[in-house]
Amino acid sequence: MSEAKLGVAFFTLLRRDLMLAYRHRAQMMNPLLFFVIVVSLFPLGLDPEPELLHTIAPGVIWVAALLAAMLSLDTMFRSDFEDGSLEQLLLTPHPLPLLVLAKILAHWLVSGLPLLLLAPLLGMLLNLGSEGLFPLLATLLLGTPILSLIGSIGVALTVGLRGGGVLLSLLILPLFIPVLIFAAAAVGNAEAGIDITGQLAFLGSLLAAAFALAPLATAAALRISLN
Amino acid sequence: MSIIPNWLHRLSSPKNFYRFAGIASNWCGWIALVLIIAGLYYGLVDSPPDYQQGDSARIMYVHVPAAWMSMFVYVVMASSAAVGMIWRIKASSAFANASAPVGAMFTALALLTGMLWGKPMWGTYWVWDARLTSELILLFLYLGYMALNSAIEDRETAARATAILALVGVVNIPIIHYSVEWWNTLHQGATVTKLDKPSIHISMLIPLLLMAFAFKFYYLSNVFRRARCELLEREQGKLWVRELVGGERGE
Repeated sequence: MSEAKLGVAFFTLLRRDLMLAYRHRAQMMNPLLFFVIVVSLFPLGLDPEPELLHTIAPGVIWVAALLAAMLSLDTMFRSDFEDGSLEQLLLTPHPLPLLVLAKILAHWLVSGLPLLLLAPLLGMLLNLGSEGLFPLLATLLLGTPILSLIGSIGVALTVGLRGGGVLLSLLILPLFIPVLIFAAAAVGNAEAGIDITGQLAFLGSLLAAAFALAPLATAAALRISLN
Repeated sequence: MSIIPNWLHRLSSPKNFYRFAGIASNWCGWIALVLIIAGLYYGLVDSPPDYQQGDSARIMYVHVPAAWMSMFVYVVMASSAAVGMIWRIKASSAFANASAPVGAMFTALALLTGMLWGKPMWGTYWVWDARLTSELILLFLYLGYMALNSAIEDRETAARATAILALVGVVNIPIIHYSVEWWNTLHQGATVTKLDKPSIHISMLIPLLLMAFAFKFYYLSNVFRRARCELLEREQGKLWVRELVGGERGE
């Protein structure tokens, strides 16, 4: 297989997934709405005191982002599995991890990137200071691709199973913990005026590791799930 | 030339492993029993009470070995699952699957004994200490492994899928562990957990090591027995199982 043809396959797949998402705009919006609703529930359940909201804002926004990612992950391979195009994907001569990477990238563009647009709004709702805003966006930019990458392994393992959605969260949420810890700590520290390059570097290295390893694991898991 | 020695190759066939596991399970069980009796005697009766914590420190003889086992079992489980997936060795996959509930039990035991000790010592059952938290996450990883294993009906597919999950877990465990540790040091100063413990005295070390080995042999005994059941279930259509079952029925 020549280099060019692999590139064509990669971008064709990416474009197809983005097109599919665009044609199902309402479905694409649901996890984002969920993200906003979950965040706005916290002030209702707790005290709407500005000081308290200010303290919990980084954690709440990030936990909501994790849950929204879980919801949108479920659909990553589902429709392809049901109409058989996932099997066709496995049969192409191109390396599967790269094709998987195209699907992960499409998923992130559709579900991770919009979170960045909504985050400043939610930050305002939770009384997050202006010093925390840029770090919040930076951690979301570095962190949400990790969620898509690691999540894809879980989706690939559970794609053909009944009740896969609940199982997926059981498998994947514990693996998201480092991202949550570093991201929420970075935002909190920035608010307190502490240097956050350490946390951002850590998130970046997590992203690099996940980028290198997760597509391989996902490809192997897909081959097992489809036998 | 194969890199797998001949005797190991023969042992890896389900039939031979079944027989070996039966014998090994009994032997390990008896050794574990002797070690537990000795360890409990030295730990509960013969060793001195701790100069700071009194008799309640004795829960250490169950707590510490259980915590050691919780991590040891996960690594063993992941390696044997990987061996089972790469070389398609059924006995190895069965061993991995049998390890999961035992490992989860050790993790739960470590958490439970820690909580029981924490109430009189720290005044609370639970603190969000780094060690406690990573142990809790380890329990989640075990439960996820078991959930995936039971969700897939085809045993071959389940074995390979859980192997991937276990390997992903092994890569993540150090990352989770250190991130939790860092999170904790970021958020809390010196906590009650940072008791300045004197290095352990030999009269406490001996029962501790006895219990640690007792737990290892108990684990082997238990896992061999579970793996036998799993192999029988998986190979139920095969001739050797039918001969075995038929022979025991006296047909």
